[in-house]
Amino acid sequence: MDTNTLVLIWFGLIAVLWIGYFVLDGFDQGVGILLPFIGTDDLRRRVMINTVGPVWDGNEVWLLVAGGATFAAFPLWYATMFSGFYLALFVILLALIVRGVAFEYRGKRDSAAWRRGWDWCLFVGSLLPALLFGVAFGNVVGGSPIEPINGAPASDAGAINYTGTFFDLLNPFSLLLGVMTLLVFTTHGAMFLSLKTQGEVREAARSAALRVGVAAALVAVAALLWAQAYSGNVMITLPLVLIAAVTFLGALVMTRRGRDGWAFSLTSLTIVFAVASLFVGLWPNVMVSSLDPAYNLTVYNASSQQYTLTVMTIVALIMTPIVLIYQGWTYWVFRKRISTSMIPPEPVSGRSDDRFEGAMNR
Amino acid sequence: MQGRQHGLMEALDLARWQFGITTVYHFLFVPLTIGGAFFVAGFQTAWVRTGNPRYLQLTKFFGKLFLINFAMGVVTGIVQEFQFGMNWSVYSRFVGDVFGAPLAMEGLLAFFLESTFLGLWIFGWDRLPKKVHLATIWAAAFGTLLSAYFILAANAWMQHPVGYYIDPETGRAVLNDIGAVLFQNTAVIAFFHTMFACAVTAGAAVVGIAGFMMMKRRQVEVFRPAMKASSLVILIAAIGLAVTGDMDAKIMVQQQPMKMAAAEALYTTEASAPFSVLSVGEVSGNTADCLVCVPGLTSYLATGDFGGTVQGVNDLQAEYQQAYGPGNYVPYIPITYWSFRLMIGLGMLAALFALWSLWRFRGGRDPKDGILSRVYVVAAAGIVLAPLAANSFGWIFTEMGRQPWIVFGLQTTASAVSPLVTATEVWISMIGFTLIYLILAIIEVRLLLTYIRRGAPEAVAADPYADAVAAEKADADKQLYFAY
Repeated sequence: MDTNTLVLIWFGLIAVLWIGYFVLDGFDQGVGILLPFIGTDDLRRRVMINTVGPVWDGNEVWLLVAGGATFAAFPLWYATMFSGFYLALFVILLALIVRGVAFEYRGKRDSAAWRRGWDWCLFVGSLLPALLFGVAFGNVVGGSPIEPINGAPASDAGAINYTGTFFDLLNPFSLLLGVMTLLVFTTHGAMFLSLKTQGEVREAARSAALRVGVAAALVAVAALLWAQAYSGNVMITLPLVLIAAVTFLGALVMTRRGRDGWAFSLTSLTIVFAVASLFVGLWPNVMVSSLDPAYNLTVYNASSQQYTLTVMTIVALIMTPIVLIYQGWTYWVFRKRISTSMIPPEPVSGRSDDRFEGAMNR
Repeated sequence: MQGRQHGLMEALDLARWQFGITTVYHFLFVPLTIGGAFFVAGFQTAWVRTGNPRYLQLTKFFGKLFLINFAMGVVTGIVQEFQFGMNWSVYSRFVGDVFGAPLAMEGLLAFFLESTFLGLWIFGWDRLPKKVHLATIWAAAFGTLLSAYFILAANAWMQHPVGYYIDPETGRAVLNDIGAVLFQNTAVIAFFHTMFACAVTAGAAVVGIAGFMMMKRRQVEVFRPAMKASSLVILIAAIGLAVTGDMDAKIMVQQQPMKMAAAEALYTTEASAPFSVLSVGEVSGNTADCLVCVPGLTSYLATGDFGGTVQGVNDLQAEYQQAYGPGNYVPYIPITYWSFRLMIGLGMLAALFALWSLWRFRGGRDPKDGILSRVYVVAAAGIVLAPLAANSFGWIFTEMGRQPWIVFGLQTTASAVSPLVTATEVWISMIGFTLIYLILAIIEVRLLLTYIRRGAPEAVAADPYADAVAAEKADADKQLYFAY
């Protein structure tokens, strides 16, 4: 395959990885954000946490693979973006660290203060990435101050660096995109909760989905229409945005009608089309320079060479379907709805362990 | 600090410190995860095959400790994937075409496998038939092996770059032989050496805890098989560790002679070079005075011949200057010298403790009181830590011994750092990571101690999956077998 086809494949694959990450970890983050609002007592909070318990780690791997794939296929993109958005990524990393540990450690000590601490970690650790990933995308799509340094010519893509500050990242367009991902993920998480629970948590989740969903719809439409100003391919991206809007409204209607499966599938599609519209609008750039279009990083000047892209294409073509099959199987295994009555009383371990505790304490 | 330098220099030092801190910290959890996964899988297999509830108790006991540790390995690993780009952007651009490939493969082949199947294992006791559930922990364990392979191949390329050419137009490395990158001897030997180290590390944790519990007369018969199995694993792995370490030293002499000379603080080229077990005086000077020396051993380690010639630091420096231009190509010798010895010394302690444990509890013997038993209990706690320290020193040696290079012979560390990430930014992230890592370390160790103190849960012979299927048929709302 020639390099032009290969960079198209890899641009597409990286878009797929980000879409996968936002669809999957998006609802994990949504559940975490809703934790203090829907989880009014410990039992409810445990129901919520256990809906994502078996899958959150596998979902988060989509991010790691998106990062690794960007490194392999577009090293200049990876290097410029990650060094440029340094502090924002640092905050995201801290958030993901405390969130990940919180899932595993929260139930490991029987103390209200202990659990409260980890609940905060889950909340903040979900909220910050949900917001900051949108902000980061806003800067990629809408442009950020990147330029060649040390007097290098524009043709030397290897010299292109981010020359702005942390606060340059917080521009109005990017912030709006951040609020969009925050609200959409929250709605998506509420849809997931109402699909995976029954009883009081499900009722609360459905009402949250509707209330947050309306705000999310308004912000998303505004943000994605604004994004058309930066789109290089409006003829494709505008229809994608329309489809995203329609699926989102459909999701809200389905929630009202109590069709949880449909509602969740539709918000998943919303995320697919919304993120796809951003990537299509970005093509063939991978990072836009707000200073001069000549400084844009593109799929052509930021990519690895033919051999690497070919090798990685073969690996990706074999592995991606296998991953999708076994991750899909996981969702099938844990398909059952969870309710407060199904949560075992002792969070620390299975019920069989309690008797032993008693025996030890004699 | 001498001669405060500002700007890039300071950011460079900070970025190096941050990489060192986060990587050494990450690698405290990695070997326990890799080795631990196989111990848990082994215990569970024994349970499924024999039906002996003791093995289920061990599976659950060590499984819980394993998960507490695994969570830390996962979250600290995310930082690793990102900080190449964040702090080492010049490096990332230069090597991305080559180095990115194994990293992306690690994600696609290994990370998905281990995280997905571990989720199935944790929550799947009542959702999956016994044997399928057993398969999930093996899949996760296999995933950890794959992950280790790819990342060690990537690191091996930094030690000994192969399978690439330098693009004359961009000046960047370009991959032209993925097979060479993945299967060069540097990678293969590093993999086996590291995996044996993982086995020793996890084995030491198991034997330390099991021996401790037995000596404290806590569930003696439950922990006896764990003590035996882990001791045997340690003894076998220790032999493997020594053999692969020896092979590693020999290829190091060919590929990075300076590192070997620095490990020995061998300043002048010598035939029959001795190995100094301990030394006095300034190893950073021009000579190191041997306190305890084994004649010819360094020559043997390096060449396989006690009379072989080993090149010294000073000659190599002259040689490197000819090849790479003026500059200082000598790593910081006190670090390489001592980390090399501490790696070997601390790494081998576990084997002694394993022998002691097997002897002490031989033929089904019960724990006895006495001064030796008290020493044993203290040693049991220490032996859990010794291989962790040995691993850290091993990596410090490998990475510091390669300096001033980040990719040997191709790029220096000083030229690889992100040019515009300021010292302030790196200060913020370094302090942030270090603080959160410290807090989490305290929390993690306290949790581990709590769960060790609780002992192994009383095993139930019942089959949670069969119970769940029965409840499903009766349409009863059954409680989950496990929930966070």
